[in-house]
Amino acid sequence: MSTRQFGQPIKRNEDPRLLTGRALFTDDVQLDGMLHAAFLRSDLAHALIHSIDVEGASRRPGVAAVYTAGDLGEFWQPGPLLVPPPPVEQLEFHQRTQVPLAKEKVRHAGEAVAMVIAESRYLAEDALDDIFVDYEPLDAVTGLEAALSEGSPLVHEDLGHNIGARVTQTKGNWTQAEAEADLVIRRRFHYDRGTAAALENRGIVASWDEKGQRLTVWDTTQAPIAIRNGLAAMLGLSEHQVRVIAPFIGGGFGPKIMMFYPEEVLLAWATLLLGRPVKWIEDREENFYATTQERGQVHDAAIALKGDGTILGIKDSFIHDAGAYAPYGLTVPLSSQCTLLGPYVVPSYHSEFSSVFTNKPIVTPYRGAGRQHGVFVMERLMDAAAKELDIELVEIRRRNLIPPDSFPYNNEIIFQDFTPLVYDSGNYEPALDRALQLIGYQEFIREEQPRREANGERVGIAVVNYIEGTGIGPYEGARVTVEASGKVSVATGVGTQGQGHYTSFAQVVAEQIGVAVSDVHIVTGDTDLFYWGAGTFASRGAVVAGNAMHAAAVKVRGKILKLAGDKLEAAEEDLELIAGRVQVKGVPETSISLGQLAAEANPMRGAVQPGTEPGLEATEYFGPERGATASGVHAMILRVDPETFTLEIEKYVVVHDCGTVINPLILEGQIQGGVAQGIGNAFYEQLHFDENGALRNASLMDYLLPTATDVPNIVSDHVETPSPLNPLGVKGAGEAGAIPVGALFAQALDNAYRDIGLEVREIPLSPNRLFELVTEASAGEIV
Amino acid sequence: MKPAAFDYFAPGTLDEALGLLADYGGDAKPLAGGQSLVPTMNFRLAQPAVLVDLNGIDELFFIREEDGGLRCGAMTRQRSVERSPLVQRISPLLYEAMPHIAHSQIRNRGTIGGSLAHADPAAELPVLAVALDARMYVRSVTDARWVAARDFYVGLFATAMLPDEMLVEVAFPALPPGSGWAFDEVARQHGNYAMCGAAAVVGLDGRGVVERARLVYLSVGEGPVEAEQAEALLVGEQPNAEAIRAAAETAATQDVDPVGDIHAGPAFRRHLSRVIAERVLTRAIERATEANRQ
Repeated sequence: MSTRQFGQPIKRNEDPRLLTGRALFTDDVQLDGMLHAAFLRSDLAHALIHSIDVEGASRRPGVAAVYTAGDLGEFWQPGPLLVPPPPVEQLEFHQRTQVPLAKEKVRHAGEAVAMVIAESRYLAEDALDDIFVDYEPLDAVTGLEAALSEGSPLVHEDLGHNIGARVTQTKGNWTQAEAEADLVIRRRFHYDRGTAAALENRGIVASWDEKGQRLTVWDTTQAPIAIRNGLAAMLGLSEHQVRVIAPFIGGGFGPKIMMFYPEEVLLAWATLLLGRPVKWIEDREENFYATTQERGQVHDAAIALKGDGTILGIKDSFIHDAGAYAPYGLTVPLSSQCTLLGPYVVPSYHSEFSSVFTNKPIVTPYRGAGRQHGVFVMERLMDAAAKELDIELVEIRRRNLIPPDSFPYNNEIIFQDFTPLVYDSGNYEPALDRALQLIGYQEFIREEQPRREANGERVGIAVVNYIEGTGIGPYEGARVTVEASGKVSVATGVGTQGQGHYTSFAQVVAEQIGVAVSDVHIVTGDTDLFYWGAGTFASRGAVVAGNAMHAAAVKVRGKILKLAGDKLEAAEEDLELIAGRVQVKGVPETSISLGQLAAEANPMRGAVQPGTEPGLEATEYFGPERGATASGVHAMILRVDPETFTLEIEKYVVVHDCGTVINPLILEGQIQGGVAQGIGNAFYEQLHFDENGALRNASLMDYLLPTATDVPNIVSDHVETPSPLNPLGVKGAGEAGAIPVGALFAQALDNAYRDIGLEVREIPLSPNRLFELVTEASAGEIV
Repeated sequence: MKPAAFDYFAPGTLDEALGLLADYGGDAKPLAGGQSLVPTMNFRLAQPAVLVDLNGIDELFFIREEDGGLRCGAMTRQRSVERSPLVQRISPLLYEAMPHIAHSQIRNRGTIGGSLAHADPAAELPVLAVALDARMYVRSVTDARWVAARDFYVGLFATAMLPDEMLVEVAFPALPPGSGWAFDEVARQHGNYAMCGAAAVVGLDGRGVVERARLVYLSVGEGPVEAEQAEALLVGEQPNAEAIRAAAETAATQDVDPVGDIHAGPAFRRHLSRVIAERVLTRAIERATEANRQ
């Protein structure tokens, strides 16, 4: 091929539409006769419901219907368990999933109690004020340790405790490692909740066509196919009677793959009953309660080392906050458990966790999905060990990196996809060296920092490593079609939430078919256009759907060459695909356009040969044997105002290895966005629940998202260690930017305050918290 | 997040607006820039039965010089104040502080009168009004009166105005010659409500001794908080670093008694009160010293 498109920084096909407001989002869907839903949500986090009076609301003009749990009959069912517990010995697991509308009891603030459907959202919200719920408030469970304590209030009484699951995974022999160690360090770490705060909140439009006997649902979901299958089953419809469209979505980040949200099942149910389309658009306040959240964990961790810094083992015991229900199984805590090991040789590992129910909104994966905690614990332990052993903290990391000739590297425990945690490939030291070089580590430590500190400044530097399990199964598929126009259309089941799929997927296909990327039209997330698939999550779109595209495109390429060979009377190996044409190599005058070939492949007369298919089309699927392990290094120089404890990030470096790069521009965007979310998580964003489970900052006025003035331009570079697990050699990149930022902030702050021995053991931080920690450390108190 | 139903009036004159306030009393809310009122209504925390939209009343939009001081109509956009050469010349403290108010998009819509009348303890304009000895012109159908800024603020989101009264104009007197001034605040992010902030105005006599001192805080009390003990401590002193430190310490320990919120606890707010006081007093004194030299 004359010009390669795969691997090039091609501008995104979808951006003109997105930037000029011509892309379809769920709230853009306007249908005749459409009704609007609003939900009455509990102000209390934990309360019994004695009665609900909807009389006044039902009588309000413009109200079509008011529903409570009692009106749902057989349709009222707890949601499905999305991910069953992993095959780990002696695992304890108690399934409790969310319900469409609370019956008898509410278990978190914001849980939906009633649904009003009216002619407008305004009228629907007016009617909410007319509903009276007789609650009996109960004490709430908010703290993780409190949830496990004797006599704690119970989120699910029938369980008799608040434990959702207990899992222990081990490798080697921790007891022996501890006995043989020259040094054992123990620490307690806290990580608190935030919310993904996607630019677009959730939204659903459900429309039942009585004459066509079909249900169409526009939904801001990351998994339209699974939603279709579930809705069909719940409503007693054939899957072919249900079409779910996930149009453009303003950010997914994980919470939009939760299913089924109560609103998803209720709107579909209501449109069938009412015979009119129903719309619900989540508002920002609802998003703070009704969309899932993440990140509450408390870790008690220990590391055993030899005197030279070699890790002998790690023991970690942690509590994971599942929230009021746990529909997503153990994905998040398993991910914490597995990611902790990082790029290091850890011969012995004992990790146990309890997942606990609390009276707080539901926890499901949010960008990073538990990986943040693992990285934070590991990197903090390394920092503490480096200090204790008086080894430079880059050096102690270097000494423990998995050598490049050790791959595939088996960590012997079970990952979130239930396959053994085996790193497919990796080469960690070059990335570390590159990051040190880009941040100017040695110059900063030797010259800049002492000079600036002499002037009264507080500046710190940090460098941390992480790995990211990506691109897990089960599978995705793609259909590639060359149309008579010569353009190529591609359909896949995964939805798109801003990842640039319309471009990166197009590059994968264009590479095989020999057309311009702009001539490849991608359709994602419409169940009528592609039937099979799992969804967009776990940094798997490029890996799994990308390789399905590749497989389908390779097959279509074969069909093109065969047909062109016949037409041009040439051997297939003598042909090449260039700029939308097939030509005899080096003989451009002997060529045929793809459009003409496509037309020939779909003849109006004559007979298609037995055993062949019409058209230049192929559908292929790809399912990786297990996930591909990406890795990276983040480094940062941070300045602290020593009086106000506000921060300025002076330099931020990411060196990342996600295998073969499809589009460096898109990759850079993923990294930049992820780091922004990581910065928010580390220093700005925190959900403040009071002891009654009420959220004190359910608005963007008090929940601080990082803004342009808080997020620096990121210097990024790549190391490419292809994955052997898929033909393209790609690994996922969606979460990498967000994962190690907390650990990085902690190390940089420790470094800036090393004179007073600051040791940060929690995330998120804030100027207020930093003031407290520095005050305590200055006074020589234990933090 | 949709507001409850309300009646909406868009009067074209001040008299009409005052008439509507007289008719509806406490049920009516004047709508200025809407940057606080509209979100509050969308959360249904406020459900006024009547909105009196002031955006069509041309006579409330002005900035002019009068008696050497500054007069601003209540509906003057904050962005207009921020960009006014007149404000820069007559009231440099106000000019310096304007960019600290929220984000430029909010200042494009937000009005000077709206913010002054809303009396948010974290807002900058009430503090500036008190520090600058501004006077508020308050009118009703039957009455018109001037209220000194320090008497205007009577509590949390509370002013001395009656339900049928409206703030129509504010007068900022020019600073006496030889004055120095400064404003600073610490917010978690640019544009957010500050965890602490303060305005300072200092006047020196011919010998360089502090003759007048004003130090007024935001976000440490129920409204603008004047650090009277710190001010008293400074007056009569040579304005050196030691005196400034002592005044800042007094302000932080004696004059303010902040409560905490999720962004800043009482101890941190008190700490910031000292830091900010030191910063604004130092800057104000530098400027006063410079002014005295000229």
